[in-house]
Amino acid sequence: MDKNEYKKLVKKHTPKENKMKNALISFVSGGLLGIIGLGLCDLFKLFGFSNSHAIILMLFVLIFFSCLFTCLGFFDNWMSYCKCGLIVPITGFAHSVCSAILDYKKDGMITGIGSNTFKLAGSVILYGIISSFIFVLIRVIIYG
Amino acid sequence: MASKIFKDIYINDWYSVAGPREKEGSIKKFDFVYDDFYGNEKTLENMEIAMQKKVVDYLMNKRRVELLVGGDLLNQISATSYNVKNYPISYLGVYSACATFIESAIVLANMIESKFVNSGIIITSSHNLNSEKQYRFPIEYGAPKPMRSTFTSTGSVGAILSTTQSNIKIESATIGKVIDMGQKDVFNMGAVMAPSAAETIYNHMIELKRDISYYDLILTGDLGVVGANILKDYMMIKYNINLKKYLDAGSILYDLKKQNVGSGASGPAALPLVLFNKILKIKKYKKILVVGTASLHSPVMVNQKNSIPSVAHAISLEVS
Repeated sequence: MDKNEYKKLVKKHTPKENKMKNALISFVSGGLLGIIGLGLCDLFKLFGFSNSHAIILMLFVLIFFSCLFTCLGFFDNWMSYCKCGLIVPITGFAHSVCSAILDYKKDGMITGIGSNTFKLAGSVILYGIISSFIFVLIRVIIYG
Repeated sequence: MASKIFKDIYINDWYSVAGPREKEGSIKKFDFVYDDFYGNEKTLENMEIAMQKKVVDYLMNKRRVELLVGGDLLNQISATSYNVKNYPISYLGVYSACATFIESAIVLANMIESKFVNSGIIITSSHNLNSEKQYRFPIEYGAPKPMRSTFTSTGSVGAILSTTQSNIKIESATIGKVIDMGQKDVFNMGAVMAPSAAETIYNHMIELKRDISYYDLILTGDLGVVGANILKDYMMIKYNINLKKYLDAGSILYDLKKQNVGSGASGPAALPLVLFNKILKIKKYKKILVVGTASLHSPVMVNQKNSIPSVAHAISLEVS
């Protein structure tokens, strides 16, 4: 049996993920999180904050609670259930940073936490900065 | 490939400890069960060392031993090495991922047979959270797991091997070849390991001139449900052997319906936990071929786009 035949055999026995169900759960949970975010924004606006300040405060609240729930130990269960509904928003980023810190807190401030905090989130930051630089260049070239 | 028949090597005593998720599984009784993943230790690594300590403490009180052969999944097999430093005993560290227990048994059985030592301990351990941290994502990171993935078992198992007669005899052994079928999916370890298990079983039969019906049971390590099904098909297609009396330890350690563990258990502790606490306790099987399956997975090599090789070693047990 060669490698290609074996690949077919593996494919035959590997259970298929229910993509429709996963997408639906992500859509609903991500949407709910969006509603919560919008609600928070409106709430802060009621207290007299400007729109941009209200957005920043809303992000603070979401980041704080996703970190808090990660430390309390149940946010990972939510995330593995909701999947991209919680991974794609800012909660996923905060969760990845916080979980890495929890893992390495016993390995020292520099060798542990310092060098491993952005183990997962590092690529988001790096490629975020690079792509924003590229897009700004494109914008400057095209629109002046 | 190498097979050998041993004259008189026996398993005299054993001790097994398990973690909280194993207790909720299909096997209810272990020698000792930890209720949480830390067991009063400060770090998870120390917890794995403590599990091994419990096993070795028990076994050292039972009998005088000269050598300890064992390993685990931590980098540089540190759980075993850090534990053995507490005892006045010679030590050989071996690594063969999830087949470590079987590899230790083969190494020690040969050393006893050649009169290098008279008796020794074989030991292995694995810890779910340590493996998560080392091979996958941070522990608290809730990455979604596909259904084909397996769940690393938490536990440690040790046994004493010597020439003193007992009711479990290590009758023969086969050392496997490293097989690579081009699999790169780190979540599908069953598919990585099934071909090497098949190769080892087949070579064992050929070299010792036995038929598959010679054994009452063939027990593989941690293929999981997916890998076990692949193995059965693979044996039929490639070697025309029908695996009837066959069980996979990874598929029976947990309650797959109730516990969210994907396609079953993995890790070096899964096979001996099932072997000593279930298979040998029901006293139904007289001749058992125990095949430890190991995926020689290294995250660095996989990141560099290499496929994952695997190896399987087998020992044949005669229970009287």
